[in-house]
Parts: sequence; structure tokens; C-alpha cells
Amino acid sequence: MSAIEPPVQRLWWKQPLDRAELLWIVIALVWCLILFFMMPYWHLYGKQNLANEAYRESPDEYAKKTEAMVAKYKVREEGGDLKVPVVHPPAGGDAYLIARLWSWYPILELEAGKTYRLHLMSMDYLHGFSLQPENINIEVLPGYDHVITVTPTHPGAYGIVCNEYCGIGHSTMTNKLYVVK
Amino acid sequence: MAVNRMFRTCPTTGLVFHQPAEQLIKANAVAGVVFLLIGGILAIGVVLTRWPAVHLLPADRFYQVLTAHGLDMLIFWVIFFEIAVLYFCSSTLLKARLATPRMAWAAFGLMVLGALMNNYSVTRGDSSVMMTSYAPMGAHWTFYLGLILFAVGALVACFVFFGTLVVAKGERTYIGSVPLVTFGAITAAIIAVFTIASGAIILIPTLLWSVGLISHIDPLMYRTIWWAFGHSSQQINVAAHISVWYAIAAIVFGAKPLSERVSRSAFLLYILFLQLASAHHLLADPGLSSNWKIFNTSYAMYLAVLASMVHGLTVPGAIEVAQREKGYNQGLFEWLRKAPWGNPVFSGMFISLIGFGFLGGISGVMMGTEQLNLITHNTLYVPGHFHATVVIGTTLAFMALTYFLIPVLFRREIMFPAMAKWQPYVFGLGMAGVALFLMAAGTLGVPRRDWDITFAGNTFPYEFPGSAFLMLGLAGISGLIAIVGGAMYLLNTVGSVFLGRKIATPGFRHVRATEGVASAQKPVAQPSTVAAAITGHGGRIGAWGLVAPGTFSLAMVFLVSFVLYYFINWKYLATVWPLR
Repeated sequence: MSAIEPPVQRLWWKQPLDRAELLWIVIALVWCLILFFMMPYWHLYGKQNLANEAYRESPDEYAKKTEAMVAKYKVREEGGDLKVPVVHPPAGGDAYLIARLWSWYPILELEAGKTYRLHLMSMDYLHGFSLQPENINIEVLPGYDHVITVTPTHPGAYGIVCNEYCGIGHSTMTNKLYVVK
Repeated sequence: MAVNRMFRTCPTTGLVFHQPAEQLIKANAVAGVVFLLIGGILAIGVVLTRWPAVHLLPADRFYQVLTAHGLDMLIFWVIFFEIAVLYFCSSTLLKARLATPRMAWAAFGLMVLGALMNNYSVTRGDSSVMMTSYAPMGAHWTFYLGLILFAVGALVACFVFFGTLVVAKGERTYIGSVPLVTFGAITAAIIAVFTIASGAIILIPTLLWSVGLISHIDPLMYRTIWWAFGHSSQQINVAAHISVWYAIAAIVFGAKPLSERVSRSAFLLYILFLQLASAHHLLADPGLSSNWKIFNTSYAMYLAVLASMVHGLTVPGAIEVAQREKGYNQGLFEWLRKAPWGNPVFSGMFISLIGFGFLGGISGVMMGTEQLNLITHNTLYVPGHFHATVVIGTTLAFMALTYFLIPVLFRREIMFPAMAKWQPYVFGLGMAGVALFLMAAGTLGVPRRDWDITFAGNTFPYEFPGSAFLMLGLAGISGLIAIVGGAMYLLNTVGSVFLGRKIATPGFRHVRATEGVASAQKPVAQPSTVAAAITGHGGRIGAWGLVAPGTFSLAMVFLVSFVLYYFINWKYLATVWPLR
């Protein structure tokens, strides 16, 4: 009779539905379909999608590409004695960002309204690219060069926080990203 | 070897306990509670460190404590208790002897050994890798071996459960189909087998890697398969705690399911689709296509979400019908107002249901949406979500069930009844605060698993807004309230089980049953009651042609909250930088 005893009617799958249940199932199913189709819809009409462009890459090769970009487009250094290069890659071009224990390298300076191919890859453990206060969060894996085609909207100094636990120095892994006019 | 066929009948409830099954249910439940105690003590360290104004522990200790807290709570506490629930749902509810009690004890031994070994590895200090232990961050080999031993033990226990179903069927201890609650437990056990297999597939190579026998573990492969273990193990919880909801509705109210067909079909949807949720954790990862992400993250068009929404209606709906039949038939909510709010078995279960649905369910679907994940991935939003699902949903449901099991299974009186009465409210409200404020902090971008979000001493620090610190402070206070609620549960449970006044059972004896328990009588299907269960009780109760109009209204409130919150987040997403 109750839920802890065998059903009274042996052929329980022949039991008719209650009206409240039927109504709710129909409503819930419609809502579930809306939930589902919002994702393809946003791919077609929304502006925030991951293209899932990624390449297998070795840390050495990735570091080489990053250093080539730094050598070519460095505009200044910051961070006192650390002398972290600030790099201003050309609009429409590739911008490489290295994630490693426990820093981001280099500092990127992008132009508002321009589109960049932002590369993210880790040299060691997993890291998390968290752009604040914009709140864009992307997983960064070693061995996978993840390319995000991004268009910064507003000028300002943004923070990059690591939000994938990467060991004892996890909290120290923060950096800047500049967007200029 | 002779098969133990000794049974006792609980004089209060009429439930029938097989002697070895009873011992095993007790042992597994007690082991679960021990790990809840350890995890609860560790929670103090987590709460007081992430509360920026207190910031108690140094970084290395914090990550160590957080690792152990996650494992002891999410894996060891819930799975030990779930094994107890599985044995209860098979042996006790089917009035059958437990199959192979010795294997069940071996399983228990393996699980205890594995859990202790894993905890030992974390105390070493070189295995603070979080529950997820993402390769290539490596832990000591005992970390993986402990988890593998525990998983093998749990797998054996699942097969003891399946074996008991076979025994019950073979010895005809019940007529017809298994009860709905057992059906839900079968769902949980099937998901558990899938989960444990996934765990083995990834943890065995990782163990070999940790001792140097394998040179490389691909990080994306690790994440994909590990989450088929990590997320699916939380789906065991969902199936198990929803079974507990149905059981409590039946125990407290004598409620019968609105329709067996609907509730069982919903469980079937879980079996078919819940395992796809590994994708929830990979939505912001490189190397996977959007097609893969969308299909998997939505459980193939949200069919498992549909199932949860159905259970969310049918459990309180069944309670409403039972209450209305008792005469609480006025208006929309008399049935709910007159519910036994002072009985922790009911109040715990109902808070679990509301918290799981409103806080856990809605937030889970939101952040499990491919694009919306971008604004929540790896933020505190994630722990906010799963403290609503696993803690308010699963843990509180299990706590509620404990208040029923102490007198029935352990034959002890609850030591502090007044404390028991308040405990679900203290724990539930504290944890609801934790969930809400962590989600709020996550919405503001605060990362999870981070020792210090002031980033003091960093060359390029980022300053979170003051509102984020306010949310973390409120989460800290809520966390302390929840810890008090947890301590009330532990004190009462441990006290009652070991020191509580024994409930006298006149004429107590174990009865030997030669075949089954010989008590299975064919339920006489009286035409009138069958018709009542089916046809909406002849229009005697309810309103608007619905037997459960109150529950239906609550469901509509839920739907409206869901729709609003979901689209607010799309609006938020639309404001961030365009990317493709």
C-alpha cells in the first residue's frame, strides 16, 4: 500500500496517472526542452560561447611561442624586481598566456573593441583562468593549447585569478590584464 | 554451512529484521556517522579559514583539512550510510534474509580499511590534492589505494544487495513487485556499480602512475573519467535520498505514491541518464566539442532533471493526499500546517526536499548549462550548489532517517528529544545560509578552494569588492550554525545509541524462518481501495479536480523561481566579453 510495501496492483505500470502528476509532467517536460534548446540557441544568436578550438601542444613549444610574442610586442615591464613584461599584441592577432606554478606570464595589454585569439595553456598542473571582475572562468590544462577568440569591451585594469587548486601557492597566482582604448 | 534464518519483528513498526542484516545495517550506519564526525570537525577549520575576518589556519593546513573534509563527507559518510540504506531496503523491506552476510562483512572491512588508508595519506601532508586529485598533481599511493579498496568494498556490498533481491524473489518473501522505496534503492545501486567501475578505470592507472609504473596520465582523460566517478557518486546520493523521502512519507504518514507508474518511471530515467553528468565539470575545458558538452550536460535533454521535478511533486503530493484523507482537507495548505513539524523525521525530510529543490536543483541546472558555466566555473558557486544538494538534500535526509532508526533498529530512546526536535531546523537553516552565501560570493567571482582571497603579499593582487567579503562573512556565520546543528545530531545519535535508555521489548525473540519469513501474505486487493488510489479518491479530497492542489501550487512557485533565476543568469552572461 505505502511506498515501503509492494504495490497493491501487481501490474503497476498499468496504473493511471493522477491529474496533478500529468499536468506537472507536461509542464516540466516543456521546461526541460526550453532548458535544452537555450544552449544551441545561444550558439546561434548569443555572443558568449566557447568555440572549443584547442591543440595538443608541448610546454616547450608553447613557451617558445609566448617568448616570441613577448620579444616582439613588449611595451614595458612591471612588478618591480620581477620585471614582468607587459605585452601589447596586435589587434586580431594571437595573445599567449602561460599558466604555471604559481604565476601567469606575461601581462597582456589588449585594446577595447578589438578581437584577439587568446591562448591559454598550463606548463605543469591544472590551473583556472578567472578574469575579474568580468567573471569569465576557463579551465587551463597542461598539454592543451586552448584558443579563445575574445573581444574586450571596456578599458580598465582587470585581475586574473587562478581558480583551480594548484598546490600550496595557489593564492599567490594572480596577475593583471589591461584593456586600453 | 548453515544459513542464518533468525529474524525479529519490531513491535513498534512491524518491520522485520534479519539478524545478520541488522548487525550490518548498524555497523555501516555507525561507520558513516564516525566519518561524519571527522568531516564535521574538519569543517570547523574550513569555515573559520574561509571567513576572511578569522582566517584561522595556515595555507598548508587549510588545503589538507579541505581535502580530508571533502573525502570524509562526500565519499565515506554518505556511502557507508547508503550501504546501510541498501541493506535496509532489501532485507528489511522485503522481509528476506540478507544474502552472504560474510561477504557483506568482508565488504565492510574493505571499506573501513580503504577509508582509514585514504585518511592516513592525507594526514601525511603530501597528499593535499583535494577530493578530485587532478593528475598531474600527485598524491601518495595510499591515497589512491585507499579509495580503490573502499570502492571495491562498496561494490561487493552492492552485489550483496542484488543477491538479497534474488533471495527474496526465490524464497517468495513478497508478492508481486518490490516496494517503491526498494525500487529507488535498486536505482541507487545500479548507478553505484557504474560509478565504482568508472572510479576503478581511472584510479587504478593513477595508482600505478603514483608508484612510477605509468609515465603519463592525460589530464583531460583523467577529468573526464574521474568525474564519471565523482559526479555519479553524488547521483547515488540523489537516488538514495529520494528513496528515503518516499520511505519517510510512508513511515510518518502512511502515504502511498500518487501513482507507482510515475514514480518508478522517474527512477528509471535516473538509471538511463544521470550518469552523463561528468560533463558538468568539463564545460569550460579545452578539447571537447560543444555537441558533446550539450548532450551530456543536459542528461540528454534534461530527462534526469524531469525525473527530479517529478519526485519533487510526488513525494509531498503523497503526503498531502495522506493528510487530506485524515481530514486535513481545508484550503490549500492545512495538510502542511498540521504536519508534525516537531517530529525530526518529518521536518528533516521536508527541509531536505525544499532545500534540495529550490537551492540545489535550480543552481545545478543553471551552472550545468554550457555557456552559463563560464560565469560560475570553479567559483564558490560550486560548493554553494553541492552543499545544498549533498548536505541539505542527502545528509539531512539521512539524519531524519536516523531519528527513525534509533528506536526501531537500535531499540534505544532518543536521549535528548527536545534537541532532536530543533536539530533539523538549526542544521537546515545554517546550511541553507552556507549554500546561498557561497553562491552569492561565487557570483561575485570568488574562487573555490582558495586559502586567501585578499591575495595579501602578491605582486599583482586583485581586490574583490566589499560585498564579496560580506558574503564570505555571512557564509562563515551560517557555517558555524550548521556545525552546531551537526554537533546536535552527532551528540544525540552517539548518546542515544550507546547510552540511551533501552526500549523494553516484552517477549523479544528471534524467530527462525525456514523459507523466507513465511509472513508474506498476498495483499488482498480490495476493489474500493485500489480504485481510490487510482482515480483521485473519488473527488472527496483536494480542489480544482486535483488531489494535491497545495503541492501543485508549491510546484508552480518552484517553476516560477526556476524560470526567473535561469533567465537572470543569461542576462548576466550577455553582459560579459563576447567570446567564441
